[in-house]
Amino acid sequence: MQGQDLIQKAEELSRRAAELSGQADALLEQAVRSATTAASGGEPFIFMFTIFALAVFVGYYVVWNVTPALHSPLMGVTNAISSVIIVGALIAAGPADMSLSKVFGFIAVVLASVNIFGGFIVTQRMLQMFKKKPKS
Amino acid sequence: MSENFSAFAYLIASICFIMALRGLSSPDTARAGNVYGIVGMVIAVVTTLAAPGVLSFSMIILGVLIGGTIGTVVALRIQMTALPQLVAAFHSLVGLAAVFVAAAAFFQPSAYGLGSYGLIPATSLIEMSIGTAIGAITFTGSIIAFGKLQGIMSGAPIVFPGQHPLNALLGILLVVLVVWICLDQGPGLFWTIVLLSLVLGVLIIIPIGGADMPVVVSMLNSYSGWAACGIGFTLGNTALIITGALVGSSGAILSYIMCKGMNRSFISVILGGFGGESAAPDAAAMQDRNVRTGSADDAAFIMKNAGSVIIVPGYGMAVAQAQHALREMADLLKAEGISVRYAIHPVAGRMPGHMNVLLAEANVPYDEVLELEEINRDFAGADVAFVIGANDVTNPAAKTDPQSPIYGMPILDVEKAGTVLFVKRSLGSGYAGVENELFFRDNTMMLLGDAKAMCEDVVKALE
Repeated sequence: MQGQDLIQKAEELSRRAAELSGQADALLEQAVRSATTAASGGEPFIFMFTIFALAVFVGYYVVWNVTPALHSPLMGVTNAISSVIIVGALIAAGPADMSLSKVFGFIAVVLASVNIFGGFIVTQRMLQMFKKKPKS
Repeated sequence: MSENFSAFAYLIASICFIMALRGLSSPDTARAGNVYGIVGMVIAVVTTLAAPGVLSFSMIILGVLIGGTIGTVVALRIQMTALPQLVAAFHSLVGLAAVFVAAAAFFQPSAYGLGSYGLIPATSLIEMSIGTAIGAITFTGSIIAFGKLQGIMSGAPIVFPGQHPLNALLGILLVVLVVWICLDQGPGLFWTIVLLSLVLGVLIIIPIGGADMPVVVSMLNSYSGWAACGIGFTLGNTALIITGALVGSSGAILSYIMCKGMNRSFISVILGGFGGESAAPDAAAMQDRNVRTGSADDAAFIMKNAGSVIIVPGYGMAVAQAQHALREMADLLKAEGISVRYAIHPVAGRMPGHMNVLLAEANVPYDEVLELEEINRDFAGADVAFVIGANDVTNPAAKTDPQSPIYGMPILDVEKAGTVLFVKRSLGSGYAGVENELFFRDNTMMLLGDAKAMCEDVVKALE
């Protein structure tokens, strides 16, 4: 009896020790993570927001440089590149097993593909017309 | 593929997209720019296909084949005059795709590393809901714009009492739902946000009249970018964030340019209700005033004896598909040694740059096609201004009559030319519902008829 009690207590203690060490690990991981975020400039959201804000500025200056004659092709090409949303659709349509999300992903892949192909081709068609014509 | 490597590939793709826009600064570099865009897209897609979560390719290949075929066929067949409709339709697809991607992420967040179903972090939920809402608004808004441009529905603004309070109420409700979904995460709430945004998209666009469509098309262009951005934040995908921001700011700038071209504030365009029912011209008043009309032969005679002609095309030219006949006419004049140039108003047509594309389609050299600021001073020295299918953009009331709805709008000073030839179907007013006093001037000759038929007749008379 006494021996069994002891064994039980020992087991319990070892379990607690494992738990504690697990917690310590988690704490350590957390510490490392907060240290790296601090080093890299903050939370992932702030990081993404930085990229976003800079991209808005790049877009602003680049688009003001677009000649007004090419504003229609500009709409065509922005339309095509905004279909880069297909990357989200591919991830949703990618898993091996069937699910509601996979169906949603498939539909989004179809929609975005219409846009990618349609957008780039129609832009190319427009730009083809803006070739310098030989003076007659 | 390691995470760092794919992040790097997305960066390359984003740079390609920036180069695609950069290329459009001149017609010489534009085609190379488009190729950059295609390369960027291929990089982004291949990188995603190599991601560890993407295991089955059959559905993806099928989807790309279906979508790609539809897109290719439509893009190859479309008439250049129908471009605005096509672009509106394409915007609606981006919006809808954003909604579906958000839905996929909502129901299976683990695929995107957003925790498990029902336990999505609040920040991701907010980003996701914003992406969904903008996407859904873009979808239905673009469909309405498409309907108005295609002529399926009337271009007249649809207004009803309490419209703006209703829209504001729905907008506030949308914000409440976004907060609510962070607390609850129920699928019902998600679909309610989608539904509400779809309704809002319709309500936002119906009050906007046909003449304001260039602004609407640019605005929806911008929205589709912000929707992509919202999804980019949710998925933590830098290529999506950067591209969305580029597209969003591009659309916003185009909207701004269009609004400035009409001297209207963006807010007043959005609130809508402007110009639709073109007020029937007062027949009695019309008869009192002397209008000089002429035939194609008269026009041919006047232009043949001119030294320089400036052609002012407008939406009427697009509707009549008159660009080819017009270019033929210009060629004959040039053969006579007459200088021929084209003047494009920023809001001519139904989308930014619409006239330029149509003239380019008709093989008009782009260095003969000038923007308002470049050519406006030259009207005084021109013998003939040939206005074809444009009206409001030439109306001097914009400069002289503070009561006029178009007062302050920059206009092409065609009245300063020796003779103004006006090709128009009738003496009716333009989209803004404003009568054009230019019709009654002594140096104006009205050429009443279909724009295309008139150009063909002038060509015959010149030969």
